[in-house]
Amino acid sequence: MSMDATTTSTASGTPMPTEWRDFFTLTKPRVMTLVIFTAICGVLAAPGSIHPVLGFTAILAISMGAGGSAVLNMWWEADIDAGMKRTMNRPLPGGRMRREDARDFGIFLSAVSVALMGVAIGWLAAGLLALAIVYYAVIYTMWLKPRTPQNIVIGGGAGAFPPMIGWIAVTGEVTAMPILLFAIIFFWTPPHFWALALFVQSDYAKVGIPMLPVVAGEKPTRRQIWWYTLVLAPIAIAPWAIGGTSWIYGMTAVTLSALFILLAWPVGQRMRSEDDKMLPEKKLFKFSIYYLFALFAALVLDRVAAYQGWIA
Amino acid sequence: MTPEEQAEFERRRKARNYVVAGTLLFFVVLFYAITIVRMGD
Repeated sequence: MSMDATTTSTASGTPMPTEWRDFFTLTKPRVMTLVIFTAICGVLAAPGSIHPVLGFTAILAISMGAGGSAVLNMWWEADIDAGMKRTMNRPLPGGRMRREDARDFGIFLSAVSVALMGVAIGWLAAGLLALAIVYYAVIYTMWLKPRTPQNIVIGGGAGAFPPMIGWIAVTGEVTAMPILLFAIIFFWTPPHFWALALFVQSDYAKVGIPMLPVVAGEKPTRRQIWWYTLVLAPIAIAPWAIGGTSWIYGMTAVTLSALFILLAWPVGQRMRSEDDKMLPEKKLFKFSIYYLFALFAALVLDRVAAYQGWIA
Repeated sequence: MTPEEQAEFERRRKARNYVVAGTLLFFVVLFYAITIVRMGD
């Protein structure tokens, strides 16, 4: 770990207080925006009502839990981050913070998020939040990420919790709909991430993380993008098919999923040529982001329209 | 500690203290609001 004397300690050896911004950076604020968005969608789309203060608290607790587990992820992977260009300037590999401080901050944030959810909302949602944190920080980060090329699939599970917890914070019970919301993000993550992995040169191989395109090669990665997209489509349409939503969500899901399949087809079939600009892969990656946002936005719109009585 | 280091030390500590104070205040207000809402249930 590189240590910069001007950022961690004075010339006389007195430790410098860590900048508060570095603590904030540890929570991965950019990832958090997607967590907050999908959690809000879960809260808004769930049947029944929740007081705005409690709805806000639920979203805050989910965000804090996501932040806490991100901090624990950065604490555990400090050495890996130090070996990759994209991550070497993070607070820990950059030497701007002590490792123990990051660990303690992550545990504190995670514990407070679960306690807040339990006290303010309910212990079912709090239990799921605790499970999501353990899933990301322990099962994914510490255990499976360095061991299997399917790590992205497993990591996708962590990102899939927020809308489910948001939904359950309102209803207080586990039903088919929140499980489907979980499944949508779960099956969306592999084609989304692997499309990116095909056109971005990463140095995961250098630090011993077995990413699929590196370990299995280009062809199997492309094939898996295709198959995950095919599985995703019926799952995305399922909320409508089981009668959980109206045609607003149904038509949006059918259209978006058809487009997703159309864009994934060339990615699944072709192989990289010399001087390849990787346009189909870039297109698919960009579209996958719009896809998730549009799908969840349609779900909220659909449910709000139904509760307001605008549609049957 | 040089005067520059001392100044930087104090700036960082002050900024952190403000953030902690603001966070605590936020949670005091939030818990008050949660209590009022839950009592009304």
